[in-house]
Amino acid sequence: MSGRSEAPAAVSAVRRLGRNVLATPGRLWASFSRAGRPATDRSRSKFVFGNVFLHLHPARVHRWSLRWTTTWGLGIAALSAFLITLITGVLLMFYYKPYPSAAYNTIKDIHFVVPTGRFIRNIHRWAANVMVVTVLLHMARTFFTAAYRKPREFNWVVGMGLLALTLGLSFTGYLLPWDQLAYWAITIGANIAQSPRELTDALGITAYFDPGGFQKLILLGSTDVGEEALIRFYLFHVMLLPLGLVALLAVHFWRIRKDGGLVRPAGADERLGSVDPETYPVFTEAPDKTYHLAAVVKGRTPWVGRGPENTLPAMPHLFYAELAVLMLVVFLCVGLALLVDAPLKELANPDLPENPAKAPWYFLGLQELVSHSAFMGGIGIPAVVLVGLGLIPYLDRETHGTGEWFGGPGGLRLVALSAAVGLGSVLGIEAFAIRFGWLRTWWPDIPQLVITFVNPGTFLTVVYGVFSVWAVRRYDSTRAGALALFTCFLCGFIVLTIIGAHFRGPNWEFYWSPSHWPGH
Amino acid sequence: MTDRDDVVGSSESRLSPHPVARRDFLGLGALGSAAAAFLFATIGMLRLPKAAVLPSPSRRFKVVLPESLPFEEPYLAPGRHVALIRDAEGVFAVSNVCTHLGCIVKPSATGFYCPCHGSRFDRTGQVLAGPAPRPLPWLAVRKAGENTYVVDEEKEVPAGTKEVA
Ligand code: HEM
Ligand code: FES
Repeated sequence: MSGRSEAPAAVSAVRRLGRNVLATPGRLWASFSRAGRPATDRSRSKFVFGNVFLHLHPARVHRWSLRWTTTWGLGIAALSAFLITLITGVLLMFYYKPYPSAAYNTIKDIHFVVPTGRFIRNIHRWAANVMVVTVLLHMARTFFTAAYRKPREFNWVVGMGLLALTLGLSFTGYLLPWDQLAYWAITIGANIAQSPRELTDALGITAYFDPGGFQKLILLGSTDVGEEALIRFYLFHVMLLPLGLVALLAVHFWRIRKDGGLVRPAGADERLGSVDPETYPVFTEAPDKTYHLAAVVKGRTPWVGRGPENTLPAMPHLFYAELAVLMLVVFLCVGLALLVDAPLKELANPDLPENPAKAPWYFLGLQELVSHSAFMGGIGIPAVVLVGLGLIPYLDRETHGTGEWFGGPGGLRLVALSAAVGLGSVLGIEAFAIRFGWLRTWWPDIPQLVITFVNPGTFLTVVYGVFSVWAVRRYDSTRAGALALFTCFLCGFIVLTIIGAHFRGPNWEFYWSPSHWPGH
Repeated sequence: MTDRDDVVGSSESRLSPHPVARRDFLGLGALGSAAAAFLFATIGMLRLPKAAVLPSPSRRFKVVLPESLPFEEPYLAPGRHVALIRDAEGVFAVSNVCTHLGCIVKPSATGFYCPCHGSRFDRTGQVLAGPAPRPLPWLAVRKAGENTYVVDEEKEVPAGTKEVA
């Protein structure tokens, strides 16, 4: 520091060096944090914004955001699962070789020979699944609390990108073991990418315009799943997609802050009441600074002109909550990894499809749709759903119910009704198709184009669409329509996934239970 | 450009002079060419992952049918996803890659079935049931000696094209 004068000549430089050496551990520790120990209100704030990793957080958080029922910690849970996959994934990279002749054996080595290899591999696999589940749940929570509304529209769109990247990461990882499961799931996936041909073939224009073939070629680097495909999937899995995800996450978190923190209902302050006297002190000293940064934040914030009375310091309140979620997710993944091993089937055999060949579970709903029409199930309906989801914040411009669970006209009653309609129609049409078959069963010569456009998947989409238009009219509100549509599709997704996962056996035939499958 | 009449002169920014000035034009031109350069660079980069030569094995192969192969019984070419069938009129080859999502079909009593989503085909590849959008393609076959045939997997031929045995 500049205030200190030169050391007196009496102390030799060597002595000073010695003293510095002794003092180094203490000084190193002190210099670690710019503000010193987070003891006072002020140093706790500095603890947050003086640290490159923590400063994505605000120094103070509104009490509404800290309630468990606001977020259920789902965003942080998704982030935690991602961090776990990052760490375990890097560990797996020590041994994994992305080459067809080696890949399977290296996974086998990791599973059976490498010290802790099986444990790490299991955690990686489970954390990936936990990440998919938590991302889906997190999306449902932001939807049902209407958190996507102005000014958070764009963060919803960023979230859609995160969802796509999360699914892409899982899907590319699925191929890497190069076993039968992986090989055939990816063959099916790659052919779904090629399925626009179902349409172009029916129209007779594939020779001139072949987006399906192009997509498959880019994905696989060849016409079949082979070494080119493996190296591409590896590149996507360990490089491109994680980098993309991290970049988008930075935007996601940045926008949460800039958009004024988490969403809260209009009457949040009144509903919260006064701070519990047991709470870690809100102010331990008189603030000698006002919160000018907070005042710049876009949107209606309670800080402006009202003082920070309903906020708590992020350190410790937010950080401890986040740490609790992280520990829970770690606990969950480790527990599952101890109980259930990640699967590893026989070495991939391009001549003999796995029967049944099942994709990762979150794609089994799609696979069920694809078993009716490849193009509609694999591309048509998912595209409609993704575009529809992305548009939600731009179509619903209402304000009633923002920040409330199931907020908006209709509320929980409409959601319950939509769930009934959603479940009823998906169960009905699937039961019908399983029991009686579909158009080709009755008219074997029916043109493919008719089946592409009239099949259980498109039928469901239309029913859901009509129902939500009804909801828009009935409640005179676009939010009601969104509630109806989202709930219906969520139900459809869940039911189709369960059918694909549990009730489909060899030859994709219906079985009440896997124990009824004919033996091989 | 917005209507400028209501804008007070002093509040105009250097970047929005009135009317379109030379500097504005040059600025737009520079922006446009930067955008075009990035666009072309991106297209150029996308060109790389699309292989010009596919690293697949040769798609043309020779197969010897067993003397005793009964009529109408599919013979699976070893290591290939093609079935050869001999009948009274000649020999033809049917691809065994399901037209639905690319699984390998298996011979059944009536023709072929696909284990992945249950498509069924007759011996000539016509779809009988299931989600397969089109028949199994027929492939070019050429006789190359006693019971010996050359099949070209690249070359699809209209159904019904048979090579005289
Ligand atoms: C890798 C995946 C994702 C991660 C790690 C993530 C993380 C987070 C976190 C930590 C928050 C803070 C609040 C909370 O925990 O709920 C948040 C908020 C938010 N997320 Fe995500 N998210 C992901 C994907 C998504 C998806 C798929 C969507 C929707 C399409 C989405 C939309 C939003 C929105 C709108 C908010 C603001 C919520 C509010 O203001 O209350 N996110 N995200
Ligand atoms: S791949 Fe043959 S029926 Fe689906």
